[in-house]
Amino acid sequence: MIQLLKMAYRDLGRNRRRSFFSALALAMGLALLLLMAAVVEGEMRGAMELGIRLQTGHLQVRAKSYNENKASLKFDDLVANPEQIAAQVASLAPVQVATPRLFASGIVASGDESVGVSVVGIDPSSPANDPYRAGLVSGSFLTADDREGLLMGQTLADKLGLKAGDRVNLLVNTSNGGVDQQSFVIRGIFSTHTPAFDQGTVFLPLTKAQAFTQVGDHASIIFVLLKNRDQANAVAAALQSSNGSRYQVVTWEQMNDLLVQTEQLSNAYMMFLYLIVLAITATVIVNTLIMSVFERTREIGILSAIGMRAGRVMAMFFAESVLLAVGGIVMGLLLGGLLVVYATDIGFYVGSIAGSMSGLLIGERIYGYLTPNAAVSLTVIAFVVTLLAALYPAVLAARMEPVDALRSGQ
Amino acid sequence: MEVTRVENVTRIYKVGQMETQALRGVSLCIESGEFTALVGPSGSGKTTLLQLIGCLDQPTSGQVYINGKDVSKLNRNQRADVRRGTIGFIFQFFALIPTLTAYENVELPLLLIGTGSAERHERVKQLLDWVDLAAVAQHRPDQLSGGQQQRVAVARALATKPSLILADEPTANLDTPNGKQVMETMARLNRETGVTFVFATHDPRVIHYARRVVTLRDGLIVENNGVQDVAAQIGAGA
Repeated sequence: MIQLLKMAYRDLGRNRRRSFFSALALAMGLALLLLMAAVVEGEMRGAMELGIRLQTGHLQVRAKSYNENKASLKFDDLVANPEQIAAQVASLAPVQVATPRLFASGIVASGDESVGVSVVGIDPSSPANDPYRAGLVSGSFLTADDREGLLMGQTLADKLGLKAGDRVNLLVNTSNGGVDQQSFVIRGIFSTHTPAFDQGTVFLPLTKAQAFTQVGDHASIIFVLLKNRDQANAVAAALQSSNGSRYQVVTWEQMNDLLVQTEQLSNAYMMFLYLIVLAITATVIVNTLIMSVFERTREIGILSAIGMRAGRVMAMFFAESVLLAVGGIVMGLLLGGLLVVYATDIGFYVGSIAGSMSGLLIGERIYGYLTPNAAVSLTVIAFVVTLLAALYPAVLAARMEPVDALRSGQ
Repeated sequence: MEVTRVENVTRIYKVGQMETQALRGVSLCIESGEFTALVGPSGSGKTTLLQLIGCLDQPTSGQVYINGKDVSKLNRNQRADVRRGTIGFIFQFFALIPTLTAYENVELPLLLIGTGSAERHERVKQLLDWVDLAAVAQHRPDQLSGGQQQRVAVARALATKPSLILADEPTANLDTPNGKQVMETMARLNRETGVTFVFATHDPRVIHYARRVVTLRDGLIVENNGVQDVAAQIGAGA
């Protein structure tokens, strides 16, 4: 085996430039795969984290009849005594924070322009709203007793040409099926660096939102963040038993099923892309080895004449393929490692393109996240594909008749 | 003792619709220890006969025996197995592996038969001493002269202690002094080790090294006689 590898190493050394570029092709292919895997995983994880932090929380307590897509304001669909339930939920050890939220559909109008938005009533003092508080880019945050102030996302404010202190008209649906409108002052403008969220959300203090939408002391949900999201199912089960049959407790996995499905679809799509990249890489390796077979036809004849069996001739070319694979993979891991570090630490700016992807919250920057499992499996796949690429050239060499091979080049 | 025997062997090559009959029913027996030359003009069938005896090719009809075993119908790997332990080859071109040193080229057949490291080293050293190339053992073929390369090939052919060495025009690409040195090396090793040599040539300068001369023409053995007669014939024809 050592002799085979030694011969293979020297054979590759005959045309160093060609061997180097073949290994480089594999390296670039692997680096690209690692980057793609990191970006997709990072995007999915990022979207999930954003979804949890900005929209769903880890758990929601809500009425069984509540439909989150309709933002229903019927009393039967809402949570009564939300402060009391939130306090009860917050008393559980695994819970970091629990706060009521009210969702309503609305329209923001300024001058001749109007935009449909999601109106969210929040308890301004709750730590659950820290992402919006931390993202304040101008003005001030809401206070619980503010009766005519709202918070607006930066993307929406930019779209309407508004700034903190400006007035806007806000129309909302009310619980009795009507519409109400009021003029509000933009107290502050926030940015979560998530255009899809920032262009479609305005915040009101919960009490103001309740009054505006005429829902009394009701909320749409109790928004719950846990200290550890892996405890979501256990906490949900505990809450479910203590809140009777009118309410249900929904976990972040259930609320982000679109994202889960998207990830599954994206994984299948990525596998297709991986295969294309690897097929291109394999073509380069096949080409290199076939050229090597044709250049060394007479040598194959000599080896065969001195008694080398077909299997060993094949093994010789597989050994070359192994060395090419090892060289290419080492280079690919270095190159891919650098790209993944860049993607993880600095990320790729996608700006408002992300806002056009409905249903998913994607930040202005996509950050990479490479799991050890993905790194190992892609490396193994690249290695196996390189070995498979050697199959045809190796069979070609092994099938040569010694007489014909010896005659070659004479 | 008989090393190889061919019986009524024919070999027809087909290229498209064209058929070329390289051997037309040749029978020949080579005894152990012979130093035999196959002579004849180009296209007479010398190389084809050597290839059949060497299990590099298969006859269209007839039988080839090596050490009493019929090898005419063996598959590719079985023929490789016969060659590996039984037959050594020396080719017209200096058939060395260019990426291996002289030492490694000689060592290669021993690796293929699984000889142990220490024994392998001793054997290669001995063979390179026999062909006076110990000093250039670590040289690669492109650092050796044509004569030196051919002597490495001779050493390699002897490595596994085969019962038969086949040489196809071993001096064709060598100048007179190098050709003479190679032939003298082969003749000496034949005398000292008793290994059987069969070589094809149409070089009249080397025929006198043979103790038996077999002449082929148009795919048939036409003479099987003394060396002086043949040399005279070839010399007259040249």
